[in-house]
Amino acid sequence: AERAASPRRDILNKVAGAAAVVAAPGVAGAYEVPDLLYPFEGLEPYIDAPTMKIHHDKHHATYVTNVNKATEGKDEVPILDLMADALEAGPGIRNSGGGHYNHAFFWDEMAPHDKASKTKPSAQLDELINKSFGSMDEMKEKFEARAAPGALFGSGWVWICVNQKGDKLELVGTPNQDNPLMKGVLDEVMFPILGLDVWEHAYYLKYQNRRPEYVSNWWNVVDWDKVSENCKYAVDNHAGVPVRG
Amino acid sequence: MHSTMARHQCSYHLLPTVACLIGVFVTALADIHVPHEPLPYATTALEPHINHPTLEVHHGKHYKKYVDTTNSILGDGSVGIGTKKKKSLEDIIRESARLKSSSTASTALFNNAAQAWNHAFYFKCMRPPGSSDAVTATKVGAAIKRSFGTYQTFRDSFVKAANTAFGSGWAWLVYDTATDALLVTKTIGADNPLTTAGHVPLLTIDVWEHAYYLDYQNMRATYVDAFVDKLINWEFVEQNFVTAVGGEGGGGSKKLADEEL
Repeated sequence: AERAASPRRDILNKVAGAAAVVAAPGVAGAYEVPDLLYPFEGLEPYIDAPTMKIHHDKHHATYVTNVNKATEGKDEVPILDLMADALEAGPGIRNSGGGHYNHAFFWDEMAPHDKASKTKPSAQLDELINKSFGSMDEMKEKFEARAAPGALFGSGWVWICVNQKGDKLELVGTPNQDNPLMKGVLDEVMFPILGLDVWEHAYYLKYQNRRPEYVSNWWNVVDWDKVSENCKYAVDNHAGVPVRG
Repeated sequence: MHSTMARHQCSYHLLPTVACLIGVFVTALADIHVPHEPLPYATTALEPHINHPTLEVHHGKHYKKYVDTTNSILGDGSVGIGTKKKKSLEDIIRESARLKSSSTASTALFNNAAQAWNHAFYFKCMRPPGSSDAVTATKVGAAIKRSFGTYQTFRDSFVKAANTAFGSGWAWLVYDTATDALLVTKTIGADNPLTTAGHVPLLTIDVWEHAYYLDYQNMRATYVDAFVDKLINWEFVEQNFVTAVGGEGGGGSKKLADEEL
């Protein structure tokens, strides 16, 4: 996967690449929880450290354990490749495979505020946002409305996606650990470039019932450089963004 | 009371009579009101199994919001349900369930009304730990043995349903009028057994994360064990069962309009 050059990502990519070679290839059960690119407290005060630790080390880890169980004995493929046919593959892949992809995607689109605040959408992303929503502010407003407890009832995710053709962005919500890459979840498959977990476990320790406050605070830790990379990838490849783990 | 007085005044003149009737109609609409039932015990009463901060938020914020939103939707006329008298909350749930596939307003009403009902029921399904009631010495205890073989089999089934409801949902013990048997079921979101013909809810556990996250975080299974082994209000479950087999439907809900008009 092409990602924008940054020294830290280069190092991480090389390390990940070397590790992949060292790890036994072709053996399923090899999905892993990717390490966060920042410390647990890195997203404070917008997302609290205890939440990040439990969310990453427990919830995400459970999805990985379970998707490894569900793919035991099968050829190893990147988790992205399991998404398209996840509904057909059954609840193990759909729920736990979806959970693994979604969370791996989620961690990497965020960054500590002092870094995130210096990022901004690329010209390509900016143009697509304006074309699809009017402006960044309007996009955020619509996103927050879509993420409200009445609009996304229960557990799920809210996404900004590149459409099939690659010429427009769509705002969608999906239930549980489904995502827009899965055939049959939405009217058409589309490619997430930004996503927000609104399962209660993502915010309950700090915000309790105050989901709207969690959502509006979350913009402070969005890494628009990464979102722009996701956008370029999705537009160039008409495909979902690969994730680590 | 309000509309009784209005009815007396309606009989005298035509134009005011018409205005009166409209007033009675509007009054009737505004009087369909779902109550925010008080917690049957103090917010500290279920400790250490469910703690005060959880109950404070769960009862005072989540449940209250469902009640307020339900009343707001019933009052704003966006769903053609609140216009008739003598509706119970169960009626509202069943009617909005039927309508919701064709209307987002009905979906919102269903979600909130059902969650209002579910939470009132859930809080009554619990009582402070250490109470002397036991499932064994009850009619529902005998019915559990009849339907599941042993209490342990029921327990395993209920615990499994609670632990495997993916995302936000509920696990239930229901009485099935068609088979005169007890069943364990699970539902997602706001769904509950009221919308399944012949199913009468006897017991529920809330497994939305907000029910347990402050106390147990990701460890839902520990919460479920604590609920099942320490907190179930078997007297309430017994009442629900006795009412169910007696044919009245159970659940303890009042006819709303009778209370308010």
